[in-house]
Amino acid sequence: MNAYDLLIAPFAEFDFMRRALIGVIALGLGAGPVGVLMMLRRMSLAGDAMAHAILPGAAVGFLAAGLNLFAMTLGGLIAGFAVALGAGAVARATQMKEDAALAAFYLVSLALGVMLVSLRGSNVDLLHVLFGTVLALDDPTLLLIVGVSTVSMLTLAVLWRPLVVECVDPGFLRSVSRAGTPTHLVFLGLVVLNLVGGFHALGTLLAVGLMMLPAATARFWASDLTALVVAAVLVACGSGVIGLLVSYHLGVPSGPAIILVAGGAYVLSVLVGPIGGILPRLMPRRHLEA
Amino acid sequence: MGAEVMSAEVLAFRDVTLGYDRHPAVHHLTGTVNAGELIAICGPNGAGKSTLLKGVVGLLSPLAGSIVRPDDGRARIAYLPQAAEVDRSFPINVYDIVALGLWRRTGLFGGISHADRERIAAAIAAVGLDGFERRPIGTLSGGQMQRALFARLLLQNAEIILLDEPFTALDAATVRDLVALVERWHGEGRTVLAVLHDLELVRAHFPRTLLLARSPVEWGETRTVLTSTNLTRARHMCEAWDESAHACEPARTERAA
Repeated sequence: MNAYDLLIAPFAEFDFMRRALIGVIALGLGAGPVGVLMMLRRMSLAGDAMAHAILPGAAVGFLAAGLNLFAMTLGGLIAGFAVALGAGAVARATQMKEDAALAAFYLVSLALGVMLVSLRGSNVDLLHVLFGTVLALDDPTLLLIVGVSTVSMLTLAVLWRPLVVECVDPGFLRSVSRAGTPTHLVFLGLVVLNLVGGFHALGTLLAVGLMMLPAATARFWASDLTALVVAAVLVACGSGVIGLLVSYHLGVPSGPAIILVAGGAYVLSVLVGPIGGILPRLMPRRHLEA
Repeated sequence: MGAEVMSAEVLAFRDVTLGYDRHPAVHHLTGTVNAGELIAICGPNGAGKSTLLKGVVGLLSPLAGSIVRPDDGRARIAYLPQAAEVDRSFPINVYDIVALGLWRRTGLFGGISHADRERIAAAIAAVGLDGFERRPIGTLSGGQMQRALFARLLLQNAEIILLDEPFTALDAATVRDLVALVERWHGEGRTVLAVLHDLELVRAHFPRTLLLARSPVEWGETRTVLTSTNLTRARHMCEAWDESAHACEPARTERAA
């Protein structure tokens, strides 16, 4: 097998692979920068909580209208926004910290989802929601993913300054502007949007993987914010492409393959990453003069 | 700045009580701040000094009474909180953190012009951080970080400057340089309120002092405020948080200078 057969042929020969390629690259472009900001805002696990919040919404959409893109997306968005905005608002309006508020809200959402599904009394096949179908992206789904990615990048471009300032020096932002709270809520909305876009391809839970693993990986290679974002996007898109090829050649499920490749990149970076990796720290090197 | 402006009132505390969860941290403070005044706020830990600054910035609403500020307070007041509130692990460099001082001009979306870049460079030079522009803030010493934050204050170009323990844990040279900046602001007619613990420094550089111990002890010229009698009173007045305290009656209003 030559390089062409290994890397290019699957995409050249099969339409579904080309669609999957566009899907994962769009997901990487949207989720990569959001993941970096989540990590820097010490919200790495908040994405997982929100994914749990989205799952019942999507399931209810599925129950109402079957495997319908619009219904499942709408269900996921409503559940996700309710949890994200509710938790964000409670954290800002009361003494409660946001992680505790998020835990409270997502658990209620999850329980409510399970309750609604059981009331309906059907033994629903939720595999689609749980694991996604990146190899079966139809036109509307692809448009949704690319649309989410576009909205995400444009919103980040507009809100970049307050997002960064709120993270590094929230006291300063509060003293010069009232933008802090609305910016934070819009950001939580972006997280939900990206997870909803991602669940069609990867499933609700694995969609978080393409958001957080590239960000965590990038931290071992870049120390500057711009470089972090670029590195995270490269890792996300790279994991998507390599994961698809692994899935194609080895005949394994594509969603987990993509996230496992990102996980491999993370483990490798923990070991050899030049910024704080284990091996560079262990290497005996002489100290500098200044 | 002319004498008329010097005497104009820029801040007024009207029997203001600030606090948390109904418990007062600043209790019944009345007084005014005139434009161009350089005021030290002194008192024991827990006396309400930081709370008072938060109230002036508008981060905390009074439990009772009021604080009269300029209408566009956020634009005219610059506030330096205690250094601990800055996330030093965030990947941002000195230049970018200083450039935030231009917020009033750039807002959320505005760009930075060539003239702005010169202002940023001048502010960084004024605090002695030339050559540190590209350094991540996580690699700075405590003194260098505080210099960077003072450079940001310079760029904010505010009429009222609030400093919360700006010289804590700094070496003598850094304190000297930063005090010189505070005196420069005073010379330019700006109003400065600084929370300070070093009474010798207050006596040497701050003409006026508010001695606070939840309730105001004394407010006026530093030499008449920082007397041993007043300082002893301040130590005794600062009482503990009392879960079973009664609701405060309006008639118990205490007044300062």
